[in-house]
Amino acid sequence: MAGNSSHFDTVIIGCGMAGLAAGIRLAMYDRSVLILERHNAPGGLNSFYSFEGRRFDVGLHAVTNYVDPGAKGTPLVKLLRQLRIPREALELAPQRSSRIAFPGVDLRFTNTISVLEGEIERAFPHEIDRFRALRAAVLAHDEFDLSAPAVSGRQRVGEYLSDPLLVEMLFCPIMYYGSARENDIDWDQFVIMWKALFEEGFGRPLEGVRVIIRALLQRYRDVGGKRRMKCGVRRIVADGDRATALELDDGTTITAEQIISTAGIVETLRLCSDREPAVAQANIGRLSFVETITVLDQPPAALGWDETIVFFNDHPRFIYERPREEVDLRSGVICFPNNYLYPDDAALPEGLFRVTAMADYAYWKNLPEELYQERKKYWYEKLQASAQRFLPPLAAGDLAAHARFVDMFTPRTVEKFTGHLDGAIYGAASKVKDGRTHLENVFIAGTDQGFLGIVGAMLSGISMANLHVLKGG
Amino acid sequence: MTKEECQQIVLDIIAEIAPDEELTGIKPEVRLRDQLDLDSMDFLDIVMELRKKHGIEVPEEDYPQLASLESCAEYLTPKFNAVNA
Repeated sequence: MAGNSSHFDTVIIGCGMAGLAAGIRLAMYDRSVLILERHNAPGGLNSFYSFEGRRFDVGLHAVTNYVDPGAKGTPLVKLLRQLRIPREALELAPQRSSRIAFPGVDLRFTNTISVLEGEIERAFPHEIDRFRALRAAVLAHDEFDLSAPAVSGRQRVGEYLSDPLLVEMLFCPIMYYGSARENDIDWDQFVIMWKALFEEGFGRPLEGVRVIIRALLQRYRDVGGKRRMKCGVRRIVADGDRATALELDDGTTITAEQIISTAGIVETLRLCSDREPAVAQANIGRLSFVETITVLDQPPAALGWDETIVFFNDHPRFIYERPREEVDLRSGVICFPNNYLYPDDAALPEGLFRVTAMADYAYWKNLPEELYQERKKYWYEKLQASAQRFLPPLAAGDLAAHARFVDMFTPRTVEKFTGHLDGAIYGAASKVKDGRTHLENVFIAGTDQGFLGIVGAMLSGISMANLHVLKGG
Repeated sequence: MTKEECQQIVLDIIAEIAPDEELTGIKPEVRLRDQLDLDSMDFLDIVMELRKKHGIEVPEEDYPQLASLESCAEYLTPKFNAVNA
């Protein structure tokens, strides 16, 4: 493990959830590991930042796959075991209550599935038996069978449910949390997301994603893993079927027996010296988002906003595709990070109100700089108005009266800080379930391998490290 | 190395891998998966720990030999004795 600092057993590209989890597994079993990260901060798509003394999460609304202590055999429990990280280190507090809001119909849900079931019984009494049958099919399905062929989620769900509105309402949160495909999702992914959102649930550390990243970094350090920040990879040098070296942005070269890349499948292929610069264009994800963050002068609950997440859509049909306008105001996701059941009545220092909506990457990317800020302001206002249609009206004053600070990111921001093409936070449309590439010692992990969310990304790193390095080694 | 000692080593490894599992009263002749919440990732770690701590190699085709404590002891005791010889 010691010695030559330019050769490693495994080099991991990306210091996010997947990369750190893979690195921990390999270092635990005495592989020499180096994680390379282009950014100066860890976390990738789930990073964090500070601005004027305030701390923000980049991606985290909720850690899905939350389960209460004592649960067994679930993805969160499995990954904690695999990484040998105690549950307490993640400091997860459960959500209070969330909602799917369509015109005229609300479905509340919590971390207990019987609440959702009760809501469906109330709002869609004619569908309750079909819903239970669908749920049984979900629970019976082995979504981690990497060899199973792809089936359309909409098709399979349509075999169970007959009320199209209920189908749309269930697809809305599942797509938003998230699908890389427009308007449909693989049945496997649907099952993964259903279990993550409805059977398990939402949690969040009081201090946000940095708690999770800190736990991963600590563990990685403790097992002897190495990392270099502000150190991007410029090229993966291919020679026949193998990668023989990595060229870094600073011009130096390192070598490795294996490479695990969490940069994304298209991004990784484009790093390979034996691939054209524009390879795999068609697989670049088409879904990207804008997100507004408003710091409030009170906790949201004091303003009458006491829910955790609200998925809203103002049409009977839920459209999930790259919009033709800059921002699609028909639907979105509202998040109040304050509204988790933090221990001992601990609370965030300020109120937070986040709104996410689909956005057209091309428009935001091509905006001239002088217009970028102006359009952000324009769409900020539109997005707050859109979201407030689905929230209890403020008792006094308008949102502006309660806003202390505002931030907003666009697809351009995501691409800039994570390198993920087109700001596609859920990655490529076609996933690579076995993590293999055309090079026999280069593998991918993270969202393009197909496990979604923070827990999914960690499990992906673990699974790919286990499958391709530890088992093979 | 006796078979009982070998079973204890495996139990110690499981205790490290899955500290939340209740290990008292485990029946050696019953499959581990039927008594504990262990999946294929946990069995991989048993193999990894055997290699790391004891220098013992278990090829993938032999993983089924680790199904119960009794079969672990049958399979592993000769390997322990070979390593320590």
